[in-house]
Amino acid sequence: MSDIPQELRYTKSHEWIMQNDEGTLTVGITDHAQGLLGDLVFIEVPEEGTTFQEGDDSAVVESVKAASDVFSPVDGEVTAGNEALSDTPEIINSDPYGDGWIYKIKPEDAGAFNSLMDADAYKELVDSEDH
Amino acid sequence: MGKRTPLYDMHVSHGAKMVDFGGWDMPINYGSQIEEHHIVRNDAGMFDVSHMTIVDLTGDKVKDFLRYLLANNVDRLKDSGKALYSCMLTEQGTVIDDLIVYYIDDTFYRMVVNSSTREKDLAWINKQAASFDVTVTVRDELTMIAVQGPNARDKAHLALGSDTAAQVKDTAVFFMTFANDNDMGEIAVARTGYTGEDGYEIMLPKDKAATFWAKLAEQEIVPCGLGARDTLRLEAGMNLYGSDMDESITPLEAALTWTVAWEPADRDFIGRSVLDAQREKGVDKKLVGLVLEDKGVLRDHQKVFVDGLESGEITSGSFSPTVGKAIAFARVSSNIGNTCKVEIRGKQLSATVVKPPFARNGKSCI
Repeated sequence: MSDIPQELRYTKSHEWIMQNDEGTLTVGITDHAQGLLGDLVFIEVPEEGTTFQEGDDSAVVESVKAASDVFSPVDGEVTAGNEALSDTPEIINSDPYGDGWIYKIKPEDAGAFNSLMDADAYKELVDSEDH
Repeated sequence: MGKRTPLYDMHVSHGAKMVDFGGWDMPINYGSQIEEHHIVRNDAGMFDVSHMTIVDLTGDKVKDFLRYLLANNVDRLKDSGKALYSCMLTEQGTVIDDLIVYYIDDTFYRMVVNSSTREKDLAWINKQAASFDVTVTVRDELTMIAVQGPNARDKAHLALGSDTAAQVKDTAVFFMTFANDNDMGEIAVARTGYTGEDGYEIMLPKDKAATFWAKLAEQEIVPCGLGARDTLRLEAGMNLYGSDMDESITPLEAALTWTVAWEPADRDFIGRSVLDAQREKGVDKKLVGLVLEDKGVLRDHQKVFVDGLESGEITSGSFSPTVGKAIAFARVSSNIGNTCKVEIRGKQLSATVVKPPFARNGKSCI
């Protein structure tokens, strides 16, 4: 059973989003997603200052098996990328919601977080995919 | 639901992630593909390869038949049990399948062919066999388990028990030995594999497979999935049928020239005239190894460029756990130099052209 922290928000494409105090959002891929991908070996992290519309390809996570896009959950501008992923992509496997974060983004709409899918809805989505 | 091997329940109970592989439900991994890969390079892992097809060929003219059927020459097999890797070609010299043939005696050879090509292989073999009066027997009552890694043979001997181990332990590299096992009856133990490590491929009765798998596991031989099998074979420089060659490619275009027995020149084998001509004239494309020097992962069908011009494409690509970089086979222009570019998501990344293998016997060769 994959881990779905209650305090985070989610997307249908298996990103998680955390709200930070300074008004940015942290984005990563869920435990469920890393489990499907298997051992991660390369992560392409967006550069600071890159702007995205919701749904844009914003990062790439590659496992031994396959490459998968990470989609931007909101419109906004990247404020930081997780540089540790360059040498240790496997931390997404071991700590998807912690050290395995991918980037931080400042949303255009400060309320964007609240319109994203909550943990219960995401859990339902994962359960429906498993069956 | 796909076809299931006799080990299906063992895989599921062991937490395997099952995927469709050419119509079979097979384990891709049991958790971490990279850990499984390292276990085979450093210790001992085991693979369910029951989906492969075992074919026995018997008859007085079976040697003549195989001299005609295969691009490699079974005359090279002098000692009972000796194995030979070969391609089986169309009249056009392209690859129907790659296979291993074991010489038992002058009237009996055993062949192991791929699962994805089973039906066309059997149709082709039967068609060609008719004029040689060779009997083709598919051994579907047998199954195959590969145990691979530096400690695989020692651990397998313990699992087999001392009586059976005594019968097989002196099997030389690339030989097969038949043994009589108290529990399993007749088994065949071949010192072959698809990983670049020492080990066995063990052919045994289907109904004994689950029990034997459990005995191997008791000796801490770790179950490994097809994911690790693929990265291991790629590192070891071994081609995969359907990716690195198929019926549009000749052995000379697939880095398999070494498997073509040109001598004696008067041996007529299927596809020979085309290969002779190609050998004379040279080939436009060849299969090489690539190591990605930039960060990223090489994947099948990515395009290869030299001096801005397209040179070919990757046929098998992945991340190499042993080398720690992305590696690949690519079919490219024959005149390629030591470096090239690979296009990944619109960017041209630098790669070095190398001669495989990338890793063998536990170590990187790069």
